[in-house]
Amino acid sequence: MDTLFAGYAARERTFDEMFEAAPDELRPGYVDVHSRLTQMSPADVRGRADFLARIYAEQGVTFDIGGEERPFPLDIVPRLLDADTWASVEVGLTQRVRALERFLDDVYGPGDLFADGVMPRTVVTSSPHFHRVVAGLSPANGVRVHVSGIDLVRDGDGRFRVLEDNVRIPSGVSYVMTNRRALASALPEVFADHRIRPVRSYPAHLLAALRASAPSGVSDPTVVVLTPGVYNSAYFEHALLARMMGCRLVEGRDLVCQAGRVMVRTTTGLRPVHVIYRRVDDEFLDPVHFRGDSLLGCAGLVNAARAGNVTLANALGNGVADDKLVYTYVPDLIRYYLGEEPVLPNVDTWRLADPAHRAEVLDRLDELVLKPVDGSGGKGIVIGPAATAGQLSAVRARIQANPRGWIAQPVVQLSTVPTLIGGQLAPRHVDLRPFAVNDGSTVWVLPGGLTRVALGEGQLIVNSSQGGGSKDTWVLANHEGGDVEPTPAPRARPAAPSSVVHPQARSIAIEHSEHSQVEQQQQQQQQRVLPAIVPTREHLEDPC
Amino acid sequence: MLSRIAESLYWIGRYLERAEDTSRLLDVQLHLSVEDPVVDARVSADRLLTVMGIDHDGTASEALVMRSLCHDADSPASIVSALKGARESARRSRETVSTEMWEAINTTWYAVQRGELAKVRPALAFRWVRERCAVITATADGTMSHDQGWYFLVLGRSLERIDMTARLVASAATGPHATAWSSTLRACGAHHAFVRGHHDQDSDSEAAEFLLLDRLFPRSIVHTLDTAMDALDRLTPPDRRGLPEDEVARTLGRARAELEYRTRGEVLLDLPERMAELQVTCALANAAISARYFEGAVAAEWQGGAQ
Repeated sequence: MDTLFAGYAARERTFDEMFEAAPDELRPGYVDVHSRLTQMSPADVRGRADFLARIYAEQGVTFDIGGEERPFPLDIVPRLLDADTWASVEVGLTQRVRALERFLDDVYGPGDLFADGVMPRTVVTSSPHFHRVVAGLSPANGVRVHVSGIDLVRDGDGRFRVLEDNVRIPSGVSYVMTNRRALASALPEVFADHRIRPVRSYPAHLLAALRASAPSGVSDPTVVVLTPGVYNSAYFEHALLARMMGCRLVEGRDLVCQAGRVMVRTTTGLRPVHVIYRRVDDEFLDPVHFRGDSLLGCAGLVNAARAGNVTLANALGNGVADDKLVYTYVPDLIRYYLGEEPVLPNVDTWRLADPAHRAEVLDRLDELVLKPVDGSGGKGIVIGPAATAGQLSAVRARIQANPRGWIAQPVVQLSTVPTLIGGQLAPRHVDLRPFAVNDGSTVWVLPGGLTRVALGEGQLIVNSSQGGGSKDTWVLANHEGGDVEPTPAPRARPAAPSSVVHPQARSIAIEHSEHSQVEQQQQQQQQRVLPAIVPTREHLEDPC
Repeated sequence: MLSRIAESLYWIGRYLERAEDTSRLLDVQLHLSVEDPVVDARVSADRLLTVMGIDHDGTASEALVMRSLCHDADSPASIVSALKGARESARRSRETVSTEMWEAINTTWYAVQRGELAKVRPALAFRWVRERCAVITATADGTMSHDQGWYFLVLGRSLERIDMTARLVASAATGPHATAWSSTLRACGAHHAFVRGHHDQDSDSEAAEFLLLDRLFPRSIVHTLDTAMDALDRLTPPDRRGLPEDEVARTLGRARAELEYRTRGEVLLDLPERMAELQVTCALANAAISARYFEGAVAAEWQGGAQ
């Protein structure tokens, strides 16, 4: 065995993506990568890894941690996903995005799900990211989740599960593109062995979706990217996306709102803006409605959006769908809105607002993972088995003080992939953040996504803000020589008969194939009904 | 073009030129102190610091010169802080500067940050700075569209060059020793061009005239003023009747007329005062450019609930 893999042992009860349970037994997809890596001398592989680190520093592919710019860490070993696995992930993501879109529309619209008892209204109204100002605001082409980054993990059986939803301002997609370019120059011969689905079309898809979401009547919309500024950890990404889409990268101070319209300050005066791909959180976006001390946004943006003169992407108020208590309801939401069974299961989750769940969880704190419902970037998470007694009693007190603010999950042993650590390959836990772009007619999923690696041994938190690394993620094309697109995607199964289903989705739930005609008719009816639900002036002026 | 981006590009131009000119200046200073036994190192260091506008309480030394004009990141006149400024400005306008130009600036800055500048012999370090500036400028020229943004870059570079050349000329005019003018010509990279053009009249006033008035040499003040005014015209085409509405154009045009239409033989008269005026002109032009093109970049603050 080559020295790079010397001593490589997959962790117990963990799915290693390169090796089967027995050592030396490779999973089929990885045969070529493994043989290439073992053919190279260890010094050669290390040299190539150094090359990756150096070009990232020179190109300024960085991630800021605490104000310090660091090159984004990229591992030399790629992660592979075969065409069939990916096809089902793609279906699952599309399904989830469609359900979340319907959910948000419902929450800020009629509220059918509360009436039908799918979710208690308090779950939504108690979420810190539920904004009443969004009520009655319906986006131009009906899209609220223009970009989503739903985090997936693989459990001990290798099955993909959803870890959390990210439909506010998911970041990381720029690294998917730069990782591909960098790894292609570091491992050209390994690339040549594989047929990898490309990722370079992401900016074009994003721009098309943004243009499609422009306010009605604007034929050639001006799209801008709104960044909090150079000190934001994801500034590199904002600049890259703006550059690749050929849009202006603006800061809040570059924008002016006058009479419900948004304009940008240029050297030749003010110019109108129609679509803002904003990478600023809701809370900082508009000092009139949210935090009054924010300098990152622009006063008047929300009113302009409510007046329908500018589209914000992603839409305001999406944070309620990211709430981890809402997350526990998403499988039900999929059944309810789409009449389908979820393709990607959740991780089992206890709702701590429920007294019975809470009692059980408080009993076994040291075995579980405790997460704040509105956290992101791995902040505030307590992993029971790894926590000290002090940390556990602190989190116990916080849960008792605010049970709505927490959820609990069993420790999921994330899958591992060989990763170069100190010149040797060792198993490290990974997750996957795939990116989906919704242009109003289709949900397009970028093949692959960002694989993040926890670099510490046995460590489970992979977030870049917690010092995690990344891997280039290859989705393999299906057939040799044939088309690059995968075979027809598997379809989701209809929802189980016992589940609550939204009236519009009921017939689909009964039987899929026979009712495709009914489905189409229904859609047509919906379209015909649509003008009546477009908000009237009264709706627009009503602040709640 | 966004006001904020225009401002960044303008400052990239200024910072790069500042780094280059300062390295030229220091290079010549270094040669002088080694070659010329008559020069009092203390006095020439003192003069250099005064010209560059650095406060020092009579304790000028070569070490202080190197620190405040080259290595000290906190001194606004140093090469290191100029390169840092260029890099920060480029980072703010990353979607506008070309990828290759950004990489050229970024690799330069990383080398400085790693301390490469302090590691090598000073002469090599100065040459390296000049070469990096040349690489960045040429990359920008070759890979950026020559649109509005480009002309802001040119405008910034020209103003900084006028300012720096004015300081150099002032220093030569007050310098006591015989080699002052020839070393100033070297600092401007103009010695070769001057000797080729004026091989028979190697006098102080010829040298001064060359640095101030030569229309063909790209670092002479008149040539640089022309470049700046040309960039301005491209940014805002002038009124057909030829009345310069623009405060910036008026300021620069007046300065050029002052220089160009002076009686021959009076070139050396009041030179230090005139150069000081030229520096004031640069400051005025800078303020006028900010007011005209960059004002939009000022952040507005929301006064919640104010009546």
